[in-house]
Parts: sequence; C-alpha cells; structure tokens
Amino acid sequence: MIDAQRLTKRYGEKTAVDRLDFAVRPGTVTGFLGPNGAGKSTTMRMIVGLDAPTSGSVRVNGHHYARHTAPLQEVGALLEAKSIHPGRSAHNHLKALALTHGIPRRRVDEVIDLAGLGSVAKKRAGAFSLGMGQRLGIAAALLGDPQTVMLDEPVNGLDPEGVLWIRNLLKGLADEGRTVFVSSHLMSEMALVADHLIIVGRGRLLADTTVGDLVREAGGDTVRVATQDPARLREVLAGPGVDITGRAGSEELQITGLSAREIGLKAAEHGIALFELSARTVSLEEAFMNLTRDAVEYHGSTTGIDTLAADGRAA
Amino acid sequence: MSTLAAPLEAPPAGPGRPAYRVTGQRVLSSEWAKLWSLRSTWITLGLGLLFLVAFGLIASSRYKSGIGSGDVDPDFADSTAVSLSLFGTNFAQLALGVLGVLVMAGEYSTGMIRSTMAAVPRRLPVLWSKAAVFGLVALVVGTLGAFITFGFGSGIVSGTPAAMSLTHAGVVRSLLGAGLYLGLVGVIGTALGALLRSVAGGISVLVGALMLIPGLVSLLPSSWRGDISPYLPSNAGASMFALTHDSTTLSPTAGLLVFLGWTALALAGAAYRLVRRDV
Repeated sequence: MIDAQRLTKRYGEKTAVDRLDFAVRPGTVTGFLGPNGAGKSTTMRMIVGLDAPTSGSVRVNGHHYARHTAPLQEVGALLEAKSIHPGRSAHNHLKALALTHGIPRRRVDEVIDLAGLGSVAKKRAGAFSLGMGQRLGIAAALLGDPQTVMLDEPVNGLDPEGVLWIRNLLKGLADEGRTVFVSSHLMSEMALVADHLIIVGRGRLLADTTVGDLVREAGGDTVRVATQDPARLREVLAGPGVDITGRAGSEELQITGLSAREIGLKAAEHGIALFELSARTVSLEEAFMNLTRDAVEYHGSTTGIDTLAADGRAA
Repeated sequence: MSTLAAPLEAPPAGPGRPAYRVTGQRVLSSEWAKLWSLRSTWITLGLGLLFLVAFGLIASSRYKSGIGSGDVDPDFADSTAVSLSLFGTNFAQLALGVLGVLVMAGEYSTGMIRSTMAAVPRRLPVLWSKAAVFGLVALVVGTLGAFITFGFGSGIVSGTPAAMSLTHAGVVRSLLGAGLYLGLVGVIGTALGALLRSVAGGISVLVGALMLIPGLVSLLPSSWRGDISPYLPSNAGASMFALTHDSTTLSPTAGLLVFLGWTALALAGAAYRLVRRDV
C-alpha cells in the first residue's frame, strides 16, 4: 500500500512533481504511466526516501519509508538501472544488502535463482549486459520478500523472454496479495500487465483509472460506415445505447454501441447498400497519447514542425 | 520462487513472515562485507602498506650508507630509527586517505548509494559504519606497517647514531601514534567522500589539506605562522608520531586532540550533508 498526499517536489524553479494524490492498493498491478520527464522516477525516489518531498507526504504501509524497522521487507524497489558497484559480484552485492537486515544467506541464493542469475552470480556486475543488470536489480528488489514491489521501467533492456518473465512475475506477485507498482512510458506494455493505471504528465495527476475505463472515455469502440442512404441507416440502427454521428451531406457515419457485424446484418436486412464498414478500436496507445498530449515534455521534431505550421496558420 | 509463491497470511506482519530488522551491528557487518568484496580495497591497502614499509627501509638504507661514507645528507643529520622508519607515512596516508574517499564517494559515482540508502534510509548508520570499518582497517594496516618497518629499519641503522630499540623511551608511543594517525586519515577520507560525493573532489581536498596547505602557510607573515602552523591537520598529526617535540610543535596528546578535532569536523560536515540533501 502506497499513499501519496499532495506530494510535491520542486528543483529551483522547476516543479518535477506537482501535488500528486494517489493510492496504490494491494492485490493488483498498478501501472505508473507518463511521458519522459513526467516525474515518475522522482515520485518513486520519494517513496523510498532517497529524495525528500518539498511538501506533501508519501507513506508506505502506513508509515514513512525511513520509519520502518525493516525497510526492504516493506518495499522492494528497482530504481534507475545500475544501482550497483560495478566491481562487486552480483552475489556479494545482494549479500551486502541482506546483511543490513539480517536476511539469511539462503534467501540471497533464492533471489539469484529466481532472477535467472545463477551462472553469473560470481562475476563482476560491471560486466553485465543491460538486461542482466535489470535482473540483478529485480533480485535486489525481491530480497526482503517485500509487501510492496516497486519497479521503475523494469522491461528496459530485457529480451522478449525477459519481458515475458517480468509480466508473469508481476502478475504472480499481485496474485499473492502484494502491492505492485510499475512505471513505464509504454502504454502497450502496461496494458498487458496492469489493472489499474495512474497517469501523470509534467508532474500532475492526469488520470487515476482502469485500463477499461481509459479506453471507454477516450472514445470507446467506434464503427465507421459509409452508405448510400445515411438517413435511412440512422433510422434503422437507432436504439438505446446507440450513438450515431455524421456530417450532413456526407455518406459517412460514426456509430458507437453496435458491433460492425450487427450493423452489417441490419443494413442487409433493410437492403441498404454499404460501401465501407470498419471497426475502429481506440488503442490504449491513442487513449494515452490523447491524455498526455499537452503534458509531453519533449516533443519530437515532427510534432514541433506541426506546431509551427499551426502557429503560422493561426497568425 | 518457493518463498514468493507461499501465500501471505495477514501481511505485513503475519505468522511465517521472518522478522528482519536493521540494526547498527548489521549495517557494520554489511559495510565490512562491502569493503572486502572490492578488488580496489586489496590493491590500495597493499599499496599503502608497501609505501610505508618500502620508503621507511629506503630512508634507513640511505642514512646507513651516508654515515658509512661520512657524507650524511643534511636532511637526515638528526634522524632517529623512528623518524627514518616512519619516512613513508606521508605516502601511505595518500593511499589510505584516497581509499577512504573511494569507500564513500565511490558509491555515489557508481549509483550503489541508491541501493545502500534504500536499505538503510536513516542514512547516518551508513556513514558511522563506513568510517568505523575503514578507520579500523587503516589503523591496523598503519600500525602493522609502522612496527614492521621499525623492526627491519632499526636493524639497518644499528651501530649508527640513529640506532634505537623498541624499549627506548617514546618509540612504541610514536609507532602507535603513526598507526592511529593513518587510521584517522582514513576516517577523514571517508568523511570527505560523503561531504563532496565525488571521488576527484574528495581526493583533491584531502591532498590539499594534508600536503598543500602546510606549504601555503609558509607564505603568511612569520608572526601568524607560529600560531597557525602547529594546528594544521598534517602538523598536528605529525606531532602524534614524532619522537621529539620542540616549541614549534604540539605535544603528542595535544596533536592527537587537534587531529581528532579535524576528524570530528569532517564527520560532522559529512553527516549534515548526508541527512539534509537528497541522495
């Protein structure tokens, strides 16, 4: 359980995290989404006490992180990759962390096996690939058998097998009743594991929602139809829960509340000719982009040109 | 996966959930394990010991050959077996001080500090443990080196005016003082590492404080120099292990107290920054 209240972090003039209120609950995977620079990593650093909030607070399992007698047993965190000394072996790294809590040696071996690091545990961690480094970070996060697991961009640098492993691991942890909080800037990845979503942009909370709700609010499932007789098709399809839009004089209609199959059958039944019938599902990616468009910190160059062109027209 | 797969009963403190706890002693043992699991520790400690022993023995041999040929270097004219044996202290303090900086600042430069502070979010136990563990190791290496060098060095210069044995007044005190000095230099290095969070910055300040500032003080008017010079870290430290003292130097006890003061100052600055600033 993570509980943030008006959590704020300012660096001089720049506000990295702006009055965030959210709760992350046990038993589900909660995705923490936002474009680069949205304040996700800063928020996670504040959760484990590495950064002090400028104002507001964040508690883990009812207390500030530093107040717990065994912090690694409360929250296991994978922060920005490579929170290790490259000269130390994976085994010695985990052993040193375990010693601070009195975690037995057997548990160190367990998490090494769990992360699939058995064959490289004695090698210098500096020689690890990005993916191996991530696995070591995840092993460290699980070391204290924590009630809350928090991972910052865990799939970064992992091969497809590793990505699958993370997905199953996260779901497994949530099924065991743990709180799982995972950040990503990739909606598509989140959609596969997360049930709940906390979306931020420029440090502000944009949405605290579920995957299903996000899609519905973003436009849901629309079917686009082009027909010879839009007026009659409207009459035929009209009904409760059905929403039909279309410009006057246009052959095109946007319909929500009916499947493409139902529309096709109805049209055939009434002898209305259709030229086009296509289901247009709003992808999570689009829903996410719509939500964060104004909050994106670093636009790519094409977006920049579009904006310039738009400005030019406006002027 | 066995432990993870086990169902959790009434988390977070349910039955079957081991009762882990961070204690000062555990943080100490963690820092001990961290120190010895890096190759740089072994190399730098070895270098420190080598500097201490090798330069002491070289100085002793130079003195001996100078006396033999009747052509004593004026710098060595009033040497004793102790001062010759401890000739390498200046070089050993660099190795041990630099390793002290690395112990702490190395965590910042590699990112390890995030793991360390996430495990011990109260932070200060980490600083105390690192300073204690490394200070003790530097103390042992320094003391061992001082006694080994004197053992061989006093043999080399026996039969010369510099000859001395362990039973000579003040010899054991000087050798122990040198070990203690090197131990405290290690602690200061650790504190500077925490204060500056940068390996290069920490080493620069360490070298500046121990080796450059004494040279700069000679630029001051002589009336000030006498008041300031004995209290500088390097000079106060040197009083701890010098066999003879005169009006321009502190007594061994005063030297120890002043040097402890510098150490406490560095540690206090490190503790303040560690607690107040984000990792």
